[in-house]
Amino acid sequence: MTATAPTTAPRPTRPATGLRDAATLTGRVLTHWRHRPASIFLNLMFPVLMVLMFGYLFGGAMTVPDGRYMDFLIPGMFAMTMLFGLESLVVAVTTDNAKGVTERVRAMPVAATAVLAGRSTADLLNAVVGLAVMVATGLLVGWRADRGLPLALAGLGLLLWLRFAFTWIGIYLGLLLKTPESAVAVQILVWPVGFLSSAFVSPGTMPAWLGAIGAWNPLSATATAIRGLFGDPDWNAQHWAAEHALVLAIVWPAVLTAIFLPLAVRRYRALED
Amino acid sequence: MPYEEKVPPLPRGDLAIEAVDVRKHYKDRTALSGFNLRVRAGTVCGLLGPNGAGKTTAVRIMSTLTRADGGAVSVAGCDLRTDPTRVRYRIGLVGQYASVDEVLSGRQNLVMFGKLYHLPAAEARNRADELLERFDLTEAADTPASEYSGGMRRRLDLAAGLLLSPQVLFLDEPTTGLDPRSRIEVWESIRGLVGSGTTVLLTTQDLEEADQLADTIALIDAGRVVAEGTPDELKAAVGPDRVETVTRKPSLDEVFLHLTGQPAADRTTEDRR
Repeated sequence: MTATAPTTAPRPTRPATGLRDAATLTGRVLTHWRHRPASIFLNLMFPVLMVLMFGYLFGGAMTVPDGRYMDFLIPGMFAMTMLFGLESLVVAVTTDNAKGVTERVRAMPVAATAVLAGRSTADLLNAVVGLAVMVATGLLVGWRADRGLPLALAGLGLLLWLRFAFTWIGIYLGLLLKTPESAVAVQILVWPVGFLSSAFVSPGTMPAWLGAIGAWNPLSATATAIRGLFGDPDWNAQHWAAEHALVLAIVWPAVLTAIFLPLAVRRYRALED
Repeated sequence: MPYEEKVPPLPRGDLAIEAVDVRKHYKDRTALSGFNLRVRAGTVCGLLGPNGAGKTTAVRIMSTLTRADGGAVSVAGCDLRTDPTRVRYRIGLVGQYASVDEVLSGRQNLVMFGKLYHLPAAEARNRADELLERFDLTEAADTPASEYSGGMRRRLDLAAGLLLSPQVLFLDEPTTGLDPRSRIEVWESIRGLVGSGTTVLLTTQDLEEADQLADTIALIDAGRVVAEGTPDELKAAVGPDRVETVTRKPSLDEVFLHLTGQPAADRTTEDRR
């Protein structure tokens, strides 16, 4: 071949370039928020609505052994909010694919890891905002983190750690499903995953086999762990998973991330048809 | 500088694209079975062929979106397999698969993609303004791309493909669905680019478009190039057995029909003349 030799070699794999690309793509999602405030607002309000529904409509019929149902519910809803974020993430990833944005970026000198890191960071920022709204909601309905600021922050950290893991599941599913229409399946599936946990009631109150699944749900681990950190009431579930919730709340997201982060990167690199 | 600053056009006469014996097999079908193509720098090559002949696969492989099973491709002087990143700095992709972000404005799109090509932020902004001006989009620069008309969208796509002044531009059906005026505008833009030394690989269903723009035509059928030459050469090749029945040179449609046994696109020859 007789092309002119380039004087400067492109180095998109340099870490600094990758970070800048990730930041550019994160910024893109933030710009989306500015352009579509209404849909962001609705997404943020949905878990708030659920707190009001479950807390005030169903809450009267719920008895938690040592406290108010609302104080049991709020940490559960924090965990649920982390899960609900998955839907909009999957929709966003599939939309990029359907609209050809993913393809354009794939034909550009941008590393797969930078693209996905940008998406993941944007989603985490989204989760921080969502969590802030939920904490404000909790405070308004009388929930308090009774064991001090450090443990409260640790609890919020565990929630974001869970969301970080969910993010990679979401990105992987989005790349796998490809069309926004099929993302509807995810929107439906988050419900059983969310409810089959300790978010709303103790798995101990469910039929034994169902309760066992619920107790092992990563969402339950985080919900139970943060109830401990916030000093909120809980059913005293006689289950190994419930007794070791704090450990599981750290380990579960690590395991999920270890599985789905490489899967997502591989899937992105293999996007072909 | 992490990008190649102002890569000059390839010297005329050099090979801008060279594909040798490229093969691609999907689970259920063979898309390319020994695809060969040579395109000289500074020329427009029209890649024509019936649906399913392998045009799309060929363009996707040459633009780094899909990996070939076998064969060798070099684009803008770089080997695709060993140096895809450098190829990505030197090509532009405009067409059905590569698109812009509809939520963002035209300017935001161009600045973002400019940054992803690793232009410094200020230069990305300048380049965006320059291209908006050139494609007559300055007035709509801050309007979301979703509100653009078909012609404006296509011009924005084209601008996004030209951010780095690519040596090789892949144009996939650039005027499909455009009204005649927009079509001529896009043609003018393409001619301007070629005048400044850019090599263009054009796929189209529109044989008049190929006749208007292409210096050489490659006819692809069943995964390989079955005829190659200037439009006049191809017409001459079919000429003799046509002269008696039609007292004019055969159109490219007829060349097409003669060589592939199928009518071009979904149209019949009668519809077009």
